[in-house]
Amino acid sequence: MVKCFLLMAEDPLPIHEHALENLRVIRETMERAGSFTSIPGWGGFFIGITAGGAAVVAQRAVADPKAWLRTWLIEAALAAVIAAATMAAKWRRTATPFMSGAAKRFFVSYFAPLIAGAVLTFTLAHRGAYDSIPALWLLLYGSAFVSSGAFSIRFIPVMGICFMLLGGLAALVRLPAGNLVLGAGFGGLHIIFGFIIARRYGG
Amino acid sequence: MAKAATAAANRKPIIEPQVPDFDRLIHEKTRLAIVSALAVNPTLTFNEVKAILKTTDGNVSVHTRKLEEANYITCRKSFEGRMPRTEYALTAAGKRALEKYLGHMEALIKATRKGSE
Repeated sequence: MVKCFLLMAEDPLPIHEHALENLRVIRETMERAGSFTSIPGWGGFFIGITAGGAAVVAQRAVADPKAWLRTWLIEAALAAVIAAATMAAKWRRTATPFMSGAAKRFFVSYFAPLIAGAVLTFTLAHRGAYDSIPALWLLLYGSAFVSSGAFSIRFIPVMGICFMLLGGLAALVRLPAGNLVLGAGFGGLHIIFGFIIARRYGG
Repeated sequence: MAKAATAAANRKPIIEPQVPDFDRLIHEKTRLAIVSALAVNPTLTFNEVKAILKTTDGNVSVHTRKLEEANYITCRKSFEGRMPRTEYALTAAGKRALEKYLGHMEALIKATRKGSE
């Protein structure tokens, strides 16, 4: 009688629900352990704002392609600093280890297309083919997120696809319009996805 | 009384799901999570396990030690500069235990569904 009462007081879960719960623990742990989650949402948001500013400045300099390119390269350096600083802050805040296996896999997939982009930018600029640069940057930046997104949160590959779509659009136009598409990508998409990631994934 | 007996006779037999013989060691949630995390990473450091599980140093120590004693994980201690570094990896026995446990859980859910049909 006492035993029966105790069991009722504890209100134990039916065993199949316990099994479902344990399967959920396994799935969630595997997802967390295999994903790089320290994507800095606010960092992306601020990069979007500076990129929007860079697009305005670059649009004025579009008559001089070298000055136009210089503007965007300065923006790229600024964006790298913002990304590194906000990522480090998120690492510290969430007590996530600096270089987990998932982070290594993420960065290898992320930087490979960017290195290819840097080499091709040099080649295209050297040949005076500035019109092709916006499409190249958007397509390779997008593909960096599509490939690295396999090791990260689910918004990352979606963001990558959006960048690639804009890259496809940039491939159809020449430089003054191409700069606007670049601004829509590096400015607009960073602001939108940065805000979503910041709200949903803790900063 | 007779009514109750008829009702009992007409009632569908209750099929109790067969409760498999669980591996009690990884049935515990923290240990199950440690083994699951190691199943998708070749190695994890003490701090990485702690961050993934969002738990305390003491909890990680206690549960990893139990898994190590059962030969489900290996523990390698080294130094990174002056900082001690503890690294865990899943053994073949640990991997088999997780797979068996997953099989048990799936069988249990299937049996329960069959029983409720």
